[in-house]
Amino acid sequence: MTHRSGPISRRALLAGIAAAPVLGACGGVSTTGSGGGAGSITLMSNQFSPVEEKQRFERILQERVTGEKVAFNQVETGIFASTLQTQADAGKVRISVAGALHGDLAPHASRLTDLDDVLASLSDRGFAEELTGLAKLGGSTTKYIPWMQASYVLAVHKKALQWLPPGADVQRLTYDQLLTWTTAARQANGGKPVFGIPAGVKGLYHRFFQGFLLPSFTGGQITTFRGPDAVTAWEYMKQLWAQTARASTTYDNLQEPLQRGEVLIGFDHVARLVGAPAGRPDDWLMVPAPSGPKGLGYMLVLAGLAIPAGAPEPAKAKNVIRALTTPEAQIDVLRQNAFFPVTNAAVPGDLPGAVALAEAAVKAQREAPGAILSLPPVGLGARDGEVGQIFKNCFKEICLDGRPVRQVLDAQARELDRILGELRIPCWRPDPAGNPCRVA
Amino acid sequence: MLAAGPRGQPVPGGLMPPGARRRGRPPAALLLIAPSIVFMAALFLWPLVAGVTQAFTGPGGPTTAYVRRMADDPYFWDATRNTALLIVVLIPLQFALALAMALLLRQRPRFAGLHFYIWVVPLAISDLAAGLVWLSVFTDRGYLNSVLDHLGAGPYAWLSFENPSTMFLAVVVAELWRATSMVFVIVVAGLQNVPRDYDEAAAVFGATYRQRVRHVLLPQLRPSLQVALILRTILALEAFAVAQALTGRNFPLLVGETYQWYYQLQNPNVATAIALVVLALSIVAAVGYLRLMRGQPGMHG
Repeated sequence: MTHRSGPISRRALLAGIAAAPVLGACGGVSTTGSGGGAGSITLMSNQFSPVEEKQRFERILQERVTGEKVAFNQVETGIFASTLQTQADAGKVRISVAGALHGDLAPHASRLTDLDDVLASLSDRGFAEELTGLAKLGGSTTKYIPWMQASYVLAVHKKALQWLPPGADVQRLTYDQLLTWTTAARQANGGKPVFGIPAGVKGLYHRFFQGFLLPSFTGGQITTFRGPDAVTAWEYMKQLWAQTARASTTYDNLQEPLQRGEVLIGFDHVARLVGAPAGRPDDWLMVPAPSGPKGLGYMLVLAGLAIPAGAPEPAKAKNVIRALTTPEAQIDVLRQNAFFPVTNAAVPGDLPGAVALAEAAVKAQREAPGAILSLPPVGLGARDGEVGQIFKNCFKEICLDGRPVRQVLDAQARELDRILGELRIPCWRPDPAGNPCRVA
Repeated sequence: MLAAGPRGQPVPGGLMPPGARRRGRPPAALLLIAPSIVFMAALFLWPLVAGVTQAFTGPGGPTTAYVRRMADDPYFWDATRNTALLIVVLIPLQFALALAMALLLRQRPRFAGLHFYIWVVPLAISDLAAGLVWLSVFTDRGYLNSVLDHLGAGPYAWLSFENPSTMFLAVVVAELWRATSMVFVIVVAGLQNVPRDYDEAAAVFGATYRQRVRHVLLPQLRPSLQVALILRTILALEAFAVAQALTGRNFPLLVGETYQWYYQLQNPNVATAIALVVLALSIVAAVGYLRLMRGQPGMHG
């Protein structure tokens, strides 16, 4: 073994191998989150995860929160829960303000400062009683200050109206009319579906089942999960899916496919729809979700601002909360990120076209006769993802894999019940507040 | 265990002079391997024990609930099947390609060094970046469909869940591009250790190129191939980012599922249970390869 000549010198080989991981390591990202610097306080939130929304909110913080310097730390829901929990339980709280959905704050009620004094000082804001009631998180004191609200609606390109079934009012659709409409539209469109749902990896399609389809068909979300009405709902979903764009399983939001013209009718969170009509609002409609046999199920997304117990700079934190509930800040958030005011802030007439459309649709949905309010799951904490996944699994198995509805619902109900059995939490709307919440 | 003299007695012919070691002092061999034992225990054995504990212990003591949860999950069996399929299809292709590339280089073409560098470029690119590059090729309005459209063939939904075969094909192509270079580097390094004398001797006796590759080169490459095979299989079991970037969860893989359970669903116990499945498969593959490569008679590496 002496003659070892090869086409490449050993040095070149080694250099090549050594260079590979070094070059590969160059793509690192900072994971430390906020970079506020000295004197600033941290606002941690699981909202505004799309980077454009995050940047726009950071600008709003700069402009509207003039007294304090705020570092905005945007995290995933799971990280939000574990950070709040570990910091509070270890007595080393670094976060001054936590902004999240009602359901994300609920499990941390005991870790949050009472904010009755702040709410009292904000009497001029005109929070709806329904919202301040929710903000007590089931107790007697205020645990968070309502921050903003949102919902999900249908965005419709006016081109799709030509296929609307006769007698149907696009502002007051039923689920059956939606199916007839999407079927006719698909046929007229050369067999290409025009309806889309956000069923991508980061899409919020489970909210469609939790807050819209199932409440409209069954009147509940959890207790009625496997009842006969739920079977009807999923059989309906199977038919609707047959008329839905196949690429929906790649849509994380609907505004991009709508804007590209891939689909003409789409259901999504308003913040993930407003990009579609942004350029030409006159071509678009935003309408309330359809209604089913039990009424118009819709999901209210309410976000609040809380202060963890033992947070640094609580006085500054309260100032930040006050600043974010001013009419100016509320309208800025509406204008730029399409989350709606929770206060009596007057909605100006010069809203961007898309936001005005969304505002009207959300209002009509809330005030519709037979509206059934549902909340995103409350009190699930870190298990929120798993419960959402149950609804996504139903969709995958029933609609994508074509399994029998009854069998899938029974199997998934067992999983759901097992999680709920471990959590022992009360039900949330629209289910009756039974304790503990279980699948019937 | 390692060969060492009886406790307290000097090893005949050992490095230490008789009497230099005091009673109760551990043998030199043990001292020499102690650091690696400590490292193995701290970095492999301890996480393994912790992992098994996490997968089989719930709030109320030992439980198989997490394993059942894993087995009941609609994605788990798809992920297992996809991972196995990927390995079975990918690895033979990669080895054939890597061998062909290495043999081409052995012919000392012009600019051999340049070819070598170009072929190892994918080694320097992160999985996810490679996945995103291929996504821009295969996506509905990507480069491939643009070309097809120009040729009048019309676009095709390569990555749609309705076309599992093209989805699989896309993942295979991307993984092939990304990970063949690793096998290639190992094979090239192995080839450098094969003396040309044997090859030339076989040529003198009239062996064809094909015969020389089959009977002279490949047997001597066996140790390198074995290492590459084990490494590549274990890495293929860990393949994740490319499939994630290309197909999301439409083409689930086992390691992607551990990520999903740990990060998205916040359930570390089920994530660990899936990770243990990956570990078991890795061990089975490694042991299998070692036995297979050792077991052939008349071959010496």
